[in-house]
This record gives sequence, C-alpha cells and structure tokens, in this order.
Amino acid sequence: MEDLVMETPEQTVLERLEQGTAPPPEAELPLVRTFEVKNMSIWYGEKRAIDNVTMDVVSNAVTAIIGPSGCGKSTFLRALNRMHELTPKTRMEGTVLLNGKDLYSSTVDPAIVRRRVGMVFQKSNPFPTMTIGENVVIGLRLNGVRNQKFLNERLEKSLRMAALWDEVKDDLHKPGTSLSGGQQQRLCIARALAVEPEVVLMDEPCSALDPIATAKIEELIYELKTKYTIVTVTHNMQQAGRISDYTAFFYLGRLIEFGPTTKIFTNPTEKQTEDYITGRFG
Amino acid sequence: MYFERKHNHTVRKIKSALAVGIAFTSAILVILPLGLVFFYLLINGAGSVNWDFFTKLPAPVGAVGGGMVNAIVGSLELLALAGVIGIPVGVLGGVYLAEYGSARLNSFLRFLADVLNGVPSITWGVVVYGLIVLRFKGFSAYAGGFALALIMIPLILRTTEEVILLVPNGYREAALALGVSRWKTIVHIVMKTASKGIITGILLALARIGGETAPLLFTAFGNRFWNHDLSQPIAALPLQVFTYAISPYDDWHRQAWAGALVLVTGVFCVNILVRILTRGRGASVV
Repeated sequence: MEDLVMETPEQTVLERLEQGTAPPPEAELPLVRTFEVKNMSIWYGEKRAIDNVTMDVVSNAVTAIIGPSGCGKSTFLRALNRMHELTPKTRMEGTVLLNGKDLYSSTVDPAIVRRRVGMVFQKSNPFPTMTIGENVVIGLRLNGVRNQKFLNERLEKSLRMAALWDEVKDDLHKPGTSLSGGQQQRLCIARALAVEPEVVLMDEPCSALDPIATAKIEELIYELKTKYTIVTVTHNMQQAGRISDYTAFFYLGRLIEFGPTTKIFTNPTEKQTEDYITGRFG
Repeated sequence: MYFERKHNHTVRKIKSALAVGIAFTSAILVILPLGLVFFYLLINGAGSVNWDFFTKLPAPVGAVGGGMVNAIVGSLELLALAGVIGIPVGVLGGVYLAEYGSARLNSFLRFLADVLNGVPSITWGVVVYGLIVLRFKGFSAYAGGFALALIMIPLILRTTEEVILLVPNGYREAALALGVSRWKTIVHIVMKTASKGIITGILLALARIGGETAPLLFTAFGNRFWNHDLSQPIAALPLQVFTYAISPYDDWHRQAWAGALVLVTGVFCVNILVRILTRGRGASVV
C-alpha cells in the first residue's frame, strides 16, 4: 500500500464530516426507521447473549455494529432476520418491528422475513455446485420464479448493483467458486440483492478479504445505501468510520452507546465506548 | 554450533526404516488376498467365461456348455427391486438423521443402524422368510429383493448422513437467508452439494448386496430357468455359484468359477465407477 500513514477512526469521520457525507454529531434520528428493536434479550441455553437492547435502525443508511468478540453483535444482527433461530435452544424476548410489523409474531413465516431482510456472511459462500449465473438467481428460482427472461434481467441487474457485472459477464457459466475471494463476496452480495430485499445485513463482510477487495466492498456498501438499509457488523474501527452513518457499540450483550457515527467517534458519551474506539481494550 | 547433531543419526535412520518396512509389509498383506483371489478366479474361471455364459440358460445335468444368463438378469432384477425400496428409505432416513430430529433420538437411531449393519446377512434371509415367504406361501423375487433392501437401508442411511453432515453450514445459512424454505434448502442445496457422496454410498451398497448369497437362500430361492414373474422364485448369480460349487459335477464347478469371476469383476467395476465419480472436478465438497 502506498499510503502508510495510519488513519484513525476519528480522522476518517472528520473527513467525511467536512465532505458532508456523514450526519453531524448533533443529528436526531430521522423519523423513517426500518427496524425498531425494543427490549430485546436473547439466550443460548442458559447463556444470555443479548441483554435488553433497544435501538432503531434508520432507513437508507449504514448502521455499523462494533464491539469486542463475543459481545453479541452477530447475534443481534442475526436476530434481525431470525437467522439466530437456527441455533438450537435459543430463546428471545422483546419485539422487533420491521416497517412497523412485528417480525416475531406467531403468524409470520421466517422464510418471508428473510426474503425481505437479506444477509451476507463473513466467509463468502457461493454454492459450489452452481455457476456464477445460477448462484445469483437461485433465491428466485427456489422461491418459484420460472420466467427465464425475468431471471436474466434480474441476473444482470443484481450483478451490476454488486459491481461485478463487468468482471464476470462473459463467464456466467463458470463455477461460482472459480472467482477470487473478493469477487466471491460480491457474488454473494449479488445473490442477496437478487431477491430484492429491503434490508441487507452484513456479518463482517470484509474480514476475510485483502485491503483492495475490502475497499471495493466498502465502496459498494456506500452505494447500496441509496436503495437499501444496511446493517453491518465490523471489527474494523476505521471501516466503521468510513462507511457508516450510525454506530452501535455493544459490550457483554448490552448496547452501550448508539448514535451518529460522528458523535460516537469524536465525542462519545460513555467512557467504555471511548476506551474501545481508541484501542484501550477489546 | 546450532546445526550440530545432538543425537545419533544412524540409530534414528534405522528405526525409521524399520517402521516404514513394517507399514509397507502390512499394506502388502492387506492387498495380497484380493490379488490372490482375483488371480485364482482368473485361472479357474476365465476359460469358461464366453459368449454362451452370458447368453444361454444353464445346461441340463450331464450336457456340456450352457450359461447363466437367467442368473445374471435375475441378479439385476433383484438389485433393482432392492434399490426401489432401499435407496429412498436409506437416503431419506440419512437426511432425517443429519438435518432433523433431536440429538438424543438421533444417537439412538444411529446406534440401531450400526447394529443393523452388523447383523449377519443370513438373519435377514430368515426374517424375510418368516415375514413374506411363509405368509404368501412361496419363494419369490419380491422376497429376495426385500431381504436385500433390508441390508441396504442401514448402509445407505449411514453414508448419506455422513456426507450430508460434511456439507458446510454456510451453504444452509446462505440459502435460508434468501428466504428459501428448509425443505427446499435441503433438497436443492445440501443434497445437491453432497450428491456425489450419496451416489457413492448407493453404489457401494449395491455392490455389497450384489454378492450376497445367504439372504437369498430362503427368499429368492434360485431358478434354473427364465422367470419374469416377480412373485415366483428367481435365479441370482451368487445363488447359482453356490449351487454349482457344491454340486458333484466338474462341468458345474467350471461354471461356478466363471460365475464367481463375473461377480467379482462386476463389484470391481462398480468400485472403479465410484472412484471415477468421486475424483471429478472440484465443484463439490464431498
């Protein structure tokens, strides 16, 4: 890398503040909220992973969830599309509203929830038996879409949105696993976008990628927020500073502080937040 | 200095050579019986494996020549019958063990399947004799196929379960996160990813039951003639080999050798097919 100067999370946030690409610290949460989480607690068996968390997720913005390992950030993320239920012996209390509708009401089918709230995982996981093209449209196919013309349109649209179309348009029949790590992760993003969700959850989407691939994904996240609401978990403080509008700091299953990224990174209210961001622990 | 030998290098080399030697000898001892059996079959049977063997019915006692076409076709029919029952039950059971059920129930079922895998095959013959042959008052291809299916089910069940458990969880989560239902995820993503392993398990089970004789003694019974009625006794290659081998006629002994050679070659070919299937391109994880 030519740029060897260490950037601090604060610097990245301040630059964005000057450019007007981050909400100012004193900003109130806008009224359009995608998720409203109230008093959420989650247990794995006897272990309490999330402890009474209440926070909102703003529409068409990037919300970053930061915190040390095991603080419950992934669990919180997975609870937003009911993926945490796949772990046996989980119990959940509280409510999660998606656009005002209760995700956990007994009449709600988790499959429908996940169609509206997509997810990208830490480790890129294109299906190994499928080509690049098949990987992108598999969600639609398995949800019953048969119209080939529609599938082809959606294929190109999704790959363009994931900034992958130009790189793979001639190789759509090749196995998805033949791509590089960064391309595979963008393929997974395209796959998630193809079912047209409203929200994209990302669980440390760049942690297995090199800096160049990371930069591409970050750029992509930044562009995607015009159409989608994005919640991303990250271990990388600089990354949270670069891409997010709002930041939530979790510690030991509790939400310690939540607000505009600018405020969290420049003037946090809680001592724990400041200590974590400046690298004093975690 | 740093790189000087602190220990006696020669002694180590001798020990190493000794260990490698023992391992090599053991490997040879394992492969040797297979080589000997195949070699012996070739010497005794190759002379009688000819066009007639694959196209003609057994000759009457005393007459020279004849073949085993009815037994070869009969064996294939029995395998098909066993497959129709055994493959779906085994595969779906394996899917259940890997994807559903509670941990306690599954470990119990797994234990039962392992016990079933260890049951001597003649026991299955007796069981089916009691269940089907006595009830319908007659030996039949159905009874033979059913007995073979019972041997097949626990074999396929366990291999299917194991290859499905090998499919990384990330693929299941990726599909579920697209709003795909659990069942579709299992069929279209998990089983597709594990398909090579599942097919391998099925082929190995077929190869295993293809050579079974004991369970057919009281069920399919054997037949010296063509039989296309599955509710009647049917010939099978291993049964025919058994009958001919214990007979007092030299000509029949030669036919038995030929039959055994064809049987072993068949099993050998299935195993080679499995090797080819599992080699393949790196598109699948299992």
